[in-house]
Amino acid sequence: MVELFHQLASGLALGGVYAITALALVMIFQATQLVNFAQGEMAMFSTYIAWWLMQNGWDYWQAFGVTVVFSFVGGVVIERVVVRPFAQAPVLASVIVFIGLSFIFNALAGFFFGYSVQSFDTPFDGRPWFGNKFMSAHESGSVVVSLVVLALVFAFFRFTPLGLAMRAAAQNPASARLVGVRVGWMLALGWGLAAAIGAVAGMMAAPIVYLDPNMMGGILLYAFAGAVLGGIDNPWGAVFGGFTVGIAENLLGAYVVGEEVKLSVALIIIIGVLVAKPSGLFGRRIVARV
Amino acid sequence: MMNRRQFLTSAAALAAATQARADDMPGITAKEIKIGQTMPYSGPASAYGVIGKTEAAYFKMINAQGGVNGRMVNFISLDDGYSPPKTVEQTRRLVEEEKVAFLFNPLGTPPNLAIRDYCNKNGVPQLYVATGAATFSDPAHFKWTLGLQPNYQTESGIFGKHILATKPKAKIAVLYQNDGFGKDYLIGLKAGLGADHAGMIVKAASYETSEPTVDSQVTELQGSGADVFLIAATPKFAAQAIRKSFDLGWDATRYVTDVSLSIATVLKPAGLAKAKGLITANYGKDASDPRWKDDAGFKQYKDFVEKHMSARDLVDSNAIYGFNAAILMVHVLKQCGNDLSRANILKQATNIDGLELPMLLPGIKINTSPTNYSPIRQMQLQSFNGSSWELFGDILQG
Repeated sequence: MVELFHQLASGLALGGVYAITALALVMIFQATQLVNFAQGEMAMFSTYIAWWLMQNGWDYWQAFGVTVVFSFVGGVVIERVVVRPFAQAPVLASVIVFIGLSFIFNALAGFFFGYSVQSFDTPFDGRPWFGNKFMSAHESGSVVVSLVVLALVFAFFRFTPLGLAMRAAAQNPASARLVGVRVGWMLALGWGLAAAIGAVAGMMAAPIVYLDPNMMGGILLYAFAGAVLGGIDNPWGAVFGGFTVGIAENLLGAYVVGEEVKLSVALIIIIGVLVAKPSGLFGRRIVARV
Repeated sequence: MMNRRQFLTSAAALAAATQARADDMPGITAKEIKIGQTMPYSGPASAYGVIGKTEAAYFKMINAQGGVNGRMVNFISLDDGYSPPKTVEQTRRLVEEEKVAFLFNPLGTPPNLAIRDYCNKNGVPQLYVATGAATFSDPAHFKWTLGLQPNYQTESGIFGKHILATKPKAKIAVLYQNDGFGKDYLIGLKAGLGADHAGMIVKAASYETSEPTVDSQVTELQGSGADVFLIAATPKFAAQAIRKSFDLGWDATRYVTDVSLSIATVLKPAGLAKAKGLITANYGKDASDPRWKDDAGFKQYKDFVEKHMSARDLVDSNAIYGFNAAILMVHVLKQCGNDLSRANILKQATNIDGLELPMLLPGIKINTSPTNYSPIRQMQLQSFNGSSWELFGDILQG
C-alpha cells in the first residue's frame, strides 16, 4: 500500500511537468495548428540559462524571472527569423524545421554547458508539505506550479483582449486581419508564450530528472501523449492528459504491463487516441469548409 | 653495364617492392601514422565525446614533442552519433578512403558490434574498443578485435562474490538498463553468486534510456523487501536511483557500477549525503578525490589537462579514460618500432606485460597476450564516505 502511494506521488509530480510541457505544445498548436517538436529542447536550453545564472550567484527567483522573460523573447525571435519564412511552405517543411531546431538546441547546450548531468536547485526546498510521507516539497511544489500556469493560460485566453485576438488569429486569420488583428505578431506572441511556459516546465523537471542536454527527450514524448489524450487545442485537456499520463505510466509500469514496455504506453496512448478519438477527450472537432 | 631491358625490369621490381611495402603498411608513411576512430560527438551518448577529444589532444601533444619514433600521429576521429549504421559508413570511409592503419578506441557496444565482422574480414585492427561488453574479448573468433576496460560481467561478478562474503542471506534487487550493458551486469551477478544462490535476486527492474526518470522502478524494487540494491545504470539514472532510494528511506546496501562512480557528475547531483555508503569497484583514479593531490600520475594528468584541454574536463571521468587509453596506444606504437604493418600492430597490442598507467589505481596493471584480450582485468572495491571513495580489500581479479 505504501508503495502504491509512492508510485502515485511520483507519477503526479512528473505528471505536473508533462502537463506544463503539454501546455506549451498547446500554445503553439493554438496559434499555428502545428506541433513544435523543438519544444523540449528549447525548454532544456532555457533551463540551462537559469542554471548558468544561478551558478553565477543569482537568486533562484531572479534567475527564474529572467529566464522566463529571456525565453519569451527568444521564442518571438525564433518565430520571426526561423519559422516565418516557412509560413507558406507545406506542413512537412515546417516539421523538418522544428526537428532541425531541436538538434541545434541540443548541440548548442552540449557545446556551451557540457554533457555531464548537473543538479538544479528548487525553490521548494525543505520538509515535505503538510507532513506527508510520499511527496517531497519539490514534487508538491511543481504540481502547484503546473496548476498556476494552467490558470494563467486559461485567464489569458478567456479574459484578455490579447488572448481573444490570438484565438481569432489562429482560427480565422483572414477575418481577424480584417478587424485589425495583427495576425503575424499574434503567431510570434504564441511562440514567445510557448517558450516561456516551456522554460517553466524545464525548471520544474530539472530538479527531478537532472539537467543534461537530453533531459527533455522522454518528457516531450509523454507530454505529447498527454496533449493528444486531452485534446491538443484545449489547455484544460492538455493538463488533464499530462497528469493522467504521468500517473498511468507509473501504475501500469509497476503493476500491469511491467517496466519493460512502460515507454510503449505513451505511444499506445498517442496511436489509440488518434485512431479512436482524433480530437482527444476534451478537444473540439474542427470542421474545415473546403 | 645494364642494358635497357635489365634496367626496366629492375625499375619495375623496385616499384613493385615499394608498392608491396605500401600495401603491407596501409596508413603508414615515413612521416605519418594514420589512426581512425568513430566517436559519438552528437546524439544521446555525446557525453562520451570527451574521450575522443582527450585522445586527439594527447596525440597532438605527442606530435609537438616529435611524434612516435619520428612519425607524426594523424588521428582522424569521426562522429557516428552512437548510431551503428553510421559507424559502418564512417569506418568504411576511414579504412577505404582515408586508408588508416587501424582503428583505436571506437566507442560503444552497438557501434563496435556493427563493424566487428568488417574489421576481422579485412584484417583491420579494431584496438581497445571503448565498451565493457564481454563479447569483445574473444580472440578465438575475432582475432582483430581487442577490449580495454574490465568487462561488465567481471565487475558484477566481483559484486556477487562480495555480497556472498558479507551478506550470505541477502535479498538482492537490481535496476538495470534494458540493453546489452545492463544485461551483462545481471549475467555477471548471477555468475558471481553461483547457480546455488541465483535465487537471492528477488527482483530486477529495467529502464529505457529515453525515460525521464527511474523513480518508479526504484519504488517498485524497494517494495520487494530487498536489502541489497545493485544499480546497473548510466550516470544520470544512477544519480536518480541513489537519490530516490535514499529519499524512500530504503536501508539497503547499495552497489553502483564503475560507469557511474564519478563524484562530480553522479554523486554530487545525487547529493553527497545521500550517496554515503555506496560500494563500487574501480580501476582508475577519481580526479576529484583529494587523496591523489600529490600523486605523480595525477599531476601528469592535471598538467596535461591544464595545457591541452579546458579546466572543466579535469574531473570528467571520460577525460581520464581517454588519457589512459591514449598513453597505452602510444606505448604500443613505440613498441612496434619501424614495422607498422597491421599484423605487427596487432601483435604488439596483444603483447603487453604489466604496464602501469598514470591514472590507473596503484597496483593495477595492463596485460595482454594472443589469448588474453582483456587488458584491464583487475579492480578494487571502494565505499563512499560522504566526501570521497575509500578503497578497501585487495585488488581483485574477475
